[in-house]
Amino acid sequence: MSVEILMQSLNSPIELRNVYGETLIELTRENNKIVLLEADLMGAIKTNNYQKAFPNNLISCGIMEANMVGVASGLSLRGFIPYMHTFGPFATRRCYDQLFLSIGYAKLNLKIIGSDSGVSAAHNGGTHMPFEDIGLMRLIPKCTVIEISDHVMFRDILKQVSSRYGMYYIRIVRKSMEQIYKEDSTFKIGKGIVLREGKTVAIVATGIMIKEALLAREMLEKEGISTAVIDMFTIKPIDKELLIRYANKTDLIVTAENHNIIGGLGSAVLESLEKTNSKVARVGVEDRFGQVGTQQFLQKEYGLTALKIVETVKENL
Amino acid sequence: MKKFSAQIRLEILKMLKQRGFGHLGGSMSIVETLSVLYTKVMNIDPSNPAWEDRDYLVLSKGHAGPALYSALALKGYFKKSILLTLNDNNTTLPSHCDRLLTPGIDMTTGSLGQGISSAVGIAKALKLEKKQNKVYVIIGDGELNEGQCYEALQFAYHHKLDNLVLFIDENKQQLDGFTKDIMIQQDISKKVAAFGFDTVKIDGHNEEIILKAIKNALLVKDVPSCIVLDTVKGKGVEMYEGEINNHHVRFNDNQLEYVNNLITELEEEIS
Repeated sequence: MSVEILMQSLNSPIELRNVYGETLIELTRENNKIVLLEADLMGAIKTNNYQKAFPNNLISCGIMEANMVGVASGLSLRGFIPYMHTFGPFATRRCYDQLFLSIGYAKLNLKIIGSDSGVSAAHNGGTHMPFEDIGLMRLIPKCTVIEISDHVMFRDILKQVSSRYGMYYIRIVRKSMEQIYKEDSTFKIGKGIVLREGKTVAIVATGIMIKEALLAREMLEKEGISTAVIDMFTIKPIDKELLIRYANKTDLIVTAENHNIIGGLGSAVLESLEKTNSKVARVGVEDRFGQVGTQQFLQKEYGLTALKIVETVKENL
Repeated sequence: MKKFSAQIRLEILKMLKQRGFGHLGGSMSIVETLSVLYTKVMNIDPSNPAWEDRDYLVLSKGHAGPALYSALALKGYFKKSILLTLNDNNTTLPSHCDRLLTPGIDMTTGSLGQGISSAVGIAKALKLEKKQNKVYVIIGDGELNEGQCYEALQFAYHHKLDNLVLFIDENKQQLDGFTKDIMIQQDISKKVAAFGFDTVKIDGHNEEIILKAIKNALLVKDVPSCIVLDTVKGKGVEMYEGEINNHHVRFNDNQLEYVNNLITELEEEIS
């Protein structure tokens, strides 16, 4: 099966953290070389059942992210397939040189799950709220960078990367997300997905901003502005061909990301369109640090809303 | 073993002379350890560097690459003539170890503190696989400034990695000077022992003593081992031994003449 888009997205109760443990149990049952590295966040990512099923494959690394990445490199050298999870800032910023050299430069195999993307870190606040992780990981040569759109995609991507050698950064919301895709959809890494067609504007979004983009489209269409919505879940390598196609057929591209507009999706889209005459406007965090609050409050605070997308479209058309 | 040490030392000098500069001090201080490992200890097959039953060596102080490259060439991993390409454009022998470029290099190192974590990862993997291969890792005393080393020590103890032997090259110097002036180390053996390692401090320039210490380390069960090597930075090159600025040297004419004479001496000693 391939991607099947829900024409009306759903408020799904399924938490991505449950998908993580369940899917990895399934994968390890098929391939005992899969190992999970934990940095004292099993409670947060719900891998207790995994530990019960495969006590040897769950490797406790303590709160030592830098060493955890090194341990992963050693496991990879022996042919293991390590998955590591921690909160996004600790999975990237905290152990960046280790990721860059001991995994990237040394061409080793590691799947990095960074949770609590951007404002979804909510009450953990600014210390735990990554607005820079995608930018950092994009700068590691050959690292694939993915932001997950819903639990259906997460399940499929976890499976796919188990048999794809190399470094993958997979950014997730740890709890539940709006369901965009029908169950059992499968995805093509590196290919964006046109969720809705449109002629005047194309909103290119990732993660929680997909829901906002879909809402923005409803508002814009009511005002007669034909709006396409694209899920650009693979931020690197980005689907340049799709972007150029929409840049040529619409008047405006608007990017929407739960990340700093420097270095993330917006930057990647601008880089891809440097040889076109298209106009690009970016919606995202405007070079600020995080803070505590509910996700709803923070989305308003940082301008990560459908309304902000609509305003941006109107200002730039 | 003594002859092999002299041969390694000779090849390092020839490499650095060819280039005119390089990491002399920290290469010379680990010569005897490499000599013992590669002649008497490690289970390896130079014709098959990726052999899955081999013992591993991670040179976490990656800047001492020239010493390891010399040992590897002498063991036949690659031709000795390649040694003279150290740091050339497109060389397979970069200043810091690269597992993708050089046969026999088990892990890419250079950013201090990272190799030890990779080594404990390999040791953990071998435990999961129930394999008997051993993992040797060499770090510098200056490298111990890096907090990551202590993370790796904790991991190695927690996971009972008795297949790991950690060497700490205590040459008492780092790039900017003596460790006591840059960042006081206190008693390294006591520190590592406090992390639960079976620890011994020995003369790092005596092959027989090193061999005995390794044999003892391999008998230890359930805890990892550490051998602290009491060494001299620049050992065997008297002009640089224990001198400031011997970490990375660039030869002037006088120094080059000195090195040439030393090369002749070593060649005579070996033959």
